Amino acid sequence: MIYVPDDNVCHDDALQGAATHTVDPYVQIVGLKKSYGLKPILRGLDLSLQQGERVALLGANGTGKTTLLRVLAGLTRPSAGTVAVQGFDLVQDAQAVRRLVGFVAHQPYLYEELTALENLLFFGRMYSVAHAHEKALELLGRVELAKRTRERVSTFSRGQIQRLAWARALLHTPHLLLLDEPETGLDQEGHTVIDTLLREHTERGGTTLFTTHQLERALSVGTRVVLLNKGRIGYQQQTTALTLTELRGVYGQAVKP
Amino acid sequence: MKRVFFEQMWAILAKDVRYELRSKQTWTSMGMFALLVLVIFNFAFDLHTENTNAVAPGALWVAFIFASLLGLGRTIAAEREQGSMDRLLLCPVDRKAIYLAKLLGNVLFISVVEIVALPVYAALFGVPLLAGGLIPIVLLGTLGIAIIGTLFATMAAATRARELLLPILVFPLIVPVVIAAVRATEALLVPTANEPPWIGLIIAFDIIFLCVSTLTFQYVIEE
Amino acid sequence: MALANKATTEVPQRQGTRPTRQRSLPIISLVLGVLAFASIMIAIPMAFLYAQTDVVQGPAQRIFYFHVPVAAIGMFAFVVMAVASIMYLWKRDERWDWAARASAEIGTVFITLTLITGSIWGRTTWGTWWSWDPKLTASLVLWFMYVGYLMVRSYMGRTSASANAGAVIAIIGVFDVPIIYEAVNLWRGLHPAAQVGVAGALPSDVVLTLLVAFAGFALLYGFLMIQLYQLQKVQTLAQRLRATVEYDIYV
Repeated sequence: MIYVPDDNVCHDDALQGAATHTVDPYVQIVGLKKSYGLKPILRGLDLSLQQGERVALLGANGTGKTTLLRVLAGLTRPSAGTVAVQGFDLVQDAQAVRRLVGFVAHQPYLYEELTALENLLFFGRMYSVAHAHEKALELLGRVELAKRTRERVSTFSRGQIQRLAWARALLHTPHLLLLDEPETGLDQEGHTVIDTLLREHTERGGTTLFTTHQLERALSVGTRVVLLNKGRIGYQQQTTALTLTELRGVYGQAVKP
Repeated sequence: MKRVFFEQMWAILAKDVRYELRSKQTWTSMGMFALLVLVIFNFAFDLHTENTNAVAPGALWVAFIFASLLGLGRTIAAEREQGSMDRLLLCPVDRKAIYLAKLLGNVLFISVVEIVALPVYAALFGVPLLAGGLIPIVLLGTLGIAIIGTLFATMAAATRARELLLPILVFPLIVPVVIAAVRATEALLVPTANEPPWIGLIIAFDIIFLCVSTLTFQYVIEE
Repeated sequence: MALANKATTEVPQRQGTRPTRQRSLPIISLVLGVLAFASIMIAIPMAFLYAQTDVVQGPAQRIFYFHVPVAAIGMFAFVVMAVASIMYLWKRDERWDWAARASAEIGTVFITLTLITGSIWGRTTWGTWWSWDPKLTASLVLWFMYVGYLMVRSYMGRTSASANAGAVIAIIGVFDVPIIYEAVNLWRGLHPAAQVGVAGALPSDVVLTLLVAFAGFALLYGFLMIQLYQLQKVQTLAQRLRATVEYDIYV
């Protein structure tokens, strides 16, 4: 399926060219290594994501799940290895990759003293989003924050902040959505909202990579499960070919101290 | 491409200004601090009308430099405290645009403090405020301090001893600006013949280090 | 030295190149060290016995033979540090960073000696322990930059952020020092200060002694560079090894 963004946000000619034909695989990671200081976190990771996949990333704490997401989001440089998103190299064409990626992390990446709308408009300007004002209002409605548009983020509850973070991540219609434990901090209403948003993202042809500790969610939401162990891929399997018991078994083996 | 660069730069600057207007923390403390330094100079040097001109230029610039360093440290630390230069790094924005936006923001904040401090200074030290040429000297000198200060405040913010480290790094580097600005201010009060081109030196400093800092900023914020 | 040579870095060697540089470093270091020692041993008696006594300043002037080379090399070390830093930012090869740090440490010591010998010389000539002479002032600021660099590197540990920060300090510094010198020159030029320059052409024995001393300290710099570079290398690799082992055990 060809990914057609529903607004024209591209100012980069190269990006426009690439968007009109599929790249297979959509995300290609080869030999990725990342050390923080001298501590190695990712130690030679090879992973491919096909367009439209929803990949669940599992693993014990400290195995590098968040680090992998941060590298893909362009927040931190790889120590070694290559990463390509839609054909763009992560290091050489970093800005082109950032335009394609939306990241919902533990931190909301929002400005506390600005209102919800001001936050979205700011990021709209940073991503050069066309018709940002209309898009922002529409998204705020989608995440059930229409009533709090003009209120400062410092007054929001945890769940509301998370939902606004989703709005921020989706504002520029990303092709690759990165989610770090997306269900934390959300109430029931929030769960339904993000499930809908995620479904629409996939229907548009978007790819998703998310981390979670809840194995049930990994199987229900994800199309493939990838297990990280000590900075490398330990196991991966399509969710259609996997039962919960089997997954529990493999997971238990991997996170055993 | 260029238009997007400046669009993003103004967006960051506008956001920072709005933020500072709402939290009001940094400006007020900077302002108070600058005034206090000026007053203390008065006591420390036991000023009479004869020796005012000798001490006045130095007092002014000491006050501005210390206030600037305080302010620089605070604005960057605020961004880092919430763990989030990441908020900006996430976006497809040229790191040079981030630097220029931060620089302009800092120059703006420091200038506001100076606008308040200058009349007080003129009153305390009996200096003619609108002696033609004081404003350009102050602006150019402030720019020089801000150029170096913005770069190193970002660097120091990553360490724990940031409040101490910033002056240690910045003071040696701004020595030319300090010398030139104080001497130029002195020349305004007590015109002498054959004065070296102090303003020219500050301008050269500003241009050179604007270029170098803009180009090296990306290495300071990326992980 | 043997340990440093055996250890491998994370940087992949290009196909077909032999690591000759690694194997020959100890020999080069030995040669440099011996030559440095010899030169300095020759320079000392030359400075005190062979070179003529200065007419104006008397015997105290002999400190010049140590002050000048040490000062020049201290500043040269900063330039080396800046160049190595630029190379590091360009090539992203941590070995350039090791070289930058090594040069910084040596430079700091040399500039400290410059300040001390300069101060002593000033005391004997002008009667004051310190004067805001352009060269001395520029050396003082340089000293602060060196110390600032070392402090930042120390606080930030052995991360790439630390290397980046150091590189930026070095680059800004290397552009700044000439400007600082010029600013102080313009400033102090107004105040007639006792100039300590030696007027006119220098006599040949003075020149010869100076050259020998210069050679000695330059060789010493080369020797120390290799030693400190290897030290940086071993420290980095050891810490990296320890971190990997801890990671394997505890994760």
